[in-house]
Amino acid sequence: MSKQEQTYSAAGEVGQIVTKRSWWERAKIALRKAPVSAWFGMIVIAFYAFVAIFAQVLAPYGEADVFSKADLPWASLGGDEAHIFGTDQIGRDVLSRLIYGAQNTIGIALITTLLSFFIGGALGLVAAINRAWLDQLLSRGVDVLMSIPSLIFALMLLSIFGSSIPSLIMIIAVLDSTRVFRLTRSVAANVVVMDYVEAARLRGEGLSWIMRREILPNIMPPLVAEFGLRFSFVFLTIAALSFLGLGIQPPTADWGSMVRDGSRFIQFVKFDWTLALPSLLPAGAVALLTVAVNFVVDWFLHKTSGLRDE
Amino acid sequence: MSNNSEQTPRGEKGDILLEMKDIRIDGLSDERWHQIIKGVNLTLKRGEVLGLIGESGAGKSTLGKASMGYAQPGCKIKSGSIMFDGMDLMAATEAEKRALWGSRIAYVAQSAAASFNPAHRLIDQTVEATVDHGVSTDAAARKDAVELYESLTLPNPDAIGDRYPHQVSGGQLQRVMTAMAMSPRPDLIIFDEPTTALDVTTQVDVLLSMRSIVEKFNTAAIYITHDLAVVAQMADRIKVLRYGEEVEEAVTNEMLTNPTQDYTKSLWSVRALEKPEAPSEDIILDVKGVDAAYGAGVKVLQDVSIKVPRGRTVSIVGESGSGKSTTARVITGLLPPMAGSIEFNGEPLTPVLKDRSKDELRRIQMIYQMADTAMNPKQTVGEIIGRPLEFYHNMSGGTREARVNELLEMIELDASFADRLPSELSGGQKQRICIARALAAEPELIICDEVTSALDQIVQEGILKLLLRLQKELNITYIFITHDIAVVKAISDEIVVMYQGGVVEQGLKSNVLEPPYKDYTQLLLESVPEMDPTWLDKIAENRGVE
Repeated sequence: MSKQEQTYSAAGEVGQIVTKRSWWERAKIALRKAPVSAWFGMIVIAFYAFVAIFAQVLAPYGEADVFSKADLPWASLGGDEAHIFGTDQIGRDVLSRLIYGAQNTIGIALITTLLSFFIGGALGLVAAINRAWLDQLLSRGVDVLMSIPSLIFALMLLSIFGSSIPSLIMIIAVLDSTRVFRLTRSVAANVVVMDYVEAARLRGEGLSWIMRREILPNIMPPLVAEFGLRFSFVFLTIAALSFLGLGIQPPTADWGSMVRDGSRFIQFVKFDWTLALPSLLPAGAVALLTVAVNFVVDWFLHKTSGLRDE
Repeated sequence: MSNNSEQTPRGEKGDILLEMKDIRIDGLSDERWHQIIKGVNLTLKRGEVLGLIGESGAGKSTLGKASMGYAQPGCKIKSGSIMFDGMDLMAATEAEKRALWGSRIAYVAQSAAASFNPAHRLIDQTVEATVDHGVSTDAAARKDAVELYESLTLPNPDAIGDRYPHQVSGGQLQRVMTAMAMSPRPDLIIFDEPTTALDVTTQVDVLLSMRSIVEKFNTAAIYITHDLAVVAQMADRIKVLRYGEEVEEAVTNEMLTNPTQDYTKSLWSVRALEKPEAPSEDIILDVKGVDAAYGAGVKVLQDVSIKVPRGRTVSIVGESGSGKSTTARVITGLLPPMAGSIEFNGEPLTPVLKDRSKDELRRIQMIYQMADTAMNPKQTVGEIIGRPLEFYHNMSGGTREARVNELLEMIELDASFADRLPSELSGGQKQRICIARALAAEPELIICDEVTSALDQIVQEGILKLLLRLQKELNITYIFITHDIAVVKAISDEIVVMYQGGVVEQGLKSNVLEPPYKDYTQLLLESVPEMDPTWLDKIAENRGVE
């Protein structure tokens, strides 16, 4: 090493330079070091995604098909091989409804979360950049929204606007965007003071450029982690609302209302344990997905040593 | 102040206190273990001060910490032996080492502000280790701490210990930290760049008090720094490190006058760079009587008037808080002035940034101190340099790419750098990219805000030479904000001295830097460490006379 060049050249300058790696290489290194729980979470999520996307192909029957025989589950298990998990109280195939439920519940939750991130993220960025009256207005408005228990607020709004899927999505997205707003604003506030943002301002860049190109890429890790977490919460909210009868309406299959419908028979489980299937299967599906998403988010948060606001 | 050092020749004191042999340290970075220290020997006698110098990444801090038997997280001492006063630190258990640290070996860190616990009073923190290690009783240690404060010339030594860290200045805090290190009367103190974060005028006081106290108690010390002039004042011997290897080691005087290695010589020669001044009457920027304040607060600038000639460099010097950077913010439009006006090319400059036209914005560009934070870490070099081309000159596709490569060539890098992210560049390269971004706009005036202060000496020289060459080729005007007089000498034609928000004087370099001086200018110039090892003694004498 003693033969190192004694003359100075800019291109050959050494220092603590990070090796150049493509995105894919970095992802591979990260995956190799992922813990078992994260792997479990990713596999479960992939499985759910697969089922949700190909529900029409995978499901043996339609989600609203009623079978004339109306095989009750306690009679069907082991008896009728056409319905592996039996049928529910009005004779619909439980497995088919579980599969369609994945598509409906996950799909709606995903759209809602995306929308809430779009609203909360955009407003949070604007508030972080414009720290004057606009920030005050938005932040205090969010405080007001957050001061009302969100499930009760959602129930009230749903009874005003009716329980259609679009209004369900809008209402949950707006209510949930308050938390996204707070996170985005606080993370972006640390980036706004960076010299490169000032450099962009001095260059004369507009608000939109500064938001999209200078700040957003630098706050992605905590936002992505929050997305996973928010998705779980939205998903649970939808299931809860459906359970209460104000969410996704029949005959559309969804896990929340399946739990509610099946729960009526739960008191007879001491006579026939298979009665628990119509409610426990969708409840288990909700639980498993929530756990899986949280495993992945935990790992991601740990990796980026990021922020968590709940 | 005594001059013991001249009576007892430096470099021959007592028996051996610390002996490190063939130290090898590995560090974990980017998923792999790299060698940080590659077999360095180090010997320190009682009462001796050893200066460790080198660029960042040379391993001087790592070696300094290793002398305590400590490796920071992500580092491990692979082999070698460390003998401290007959005790083998490589074989010592954690508990044995902990008993040593804070009682017989003390450490003074670079940033005192970050090293103190903001929730406790200074004196509690000063005596904490001493009392915990049972070196002294609480009452005795507190009494001693006050005496230490006094010998470190801290103001109001009886009461200053009752303050909290945020209630004293940076220079005072650094001295309190020295008192903390000295409190248990250690055999060895490790100073890790203790004055790097301080202003030159403050640095002198801190250096003086540190040196006198080290001499008073005959403590051995390892002084880590990248500033040669500082190390010349403090050390009996100097060891130069590079890439984790020893370049050379010699007694201070010999090292300064007669370095044997090319690398050491090149370090020494950096400060010789000097641009001949050229007067000019063609004024490009005329700041007239500007007042400015943040919010409704106190005026930060008062009646600031600066004339900047075209194609020349005007350096604004002054300590932190003097209003140098605020002046830059007013010129760029980030902080509209409360009173006064600014003329650019003879036309009044729009005061508020938002109202400025694209062309006005293009003509004035800015380069920042920390290249790390001045570039978006998620954009490639090509995007960073390409954006002003697209924004101001409507270039796109192939023409833009060709111009980016041209600019990269101008800053002595090649086209392959266009795909890199800022994290894949070294400090000097980052600053070059920032220069290229400013050049891409084809500006007439570039404001350089402490652009070299975060860089090592050799890299600094490269950047300064580049800036000078570009000025010659493109006739660009620079406003150079700095507190480093060596940089001022190297690059400027004219100098503006600022103090507490006002201009003390403006004039050609030769007028300002040569006698007769104005009072403040003299203090500022005096405070800049010189390579002469007797410089600090002279200052001490001068101040003693006053």
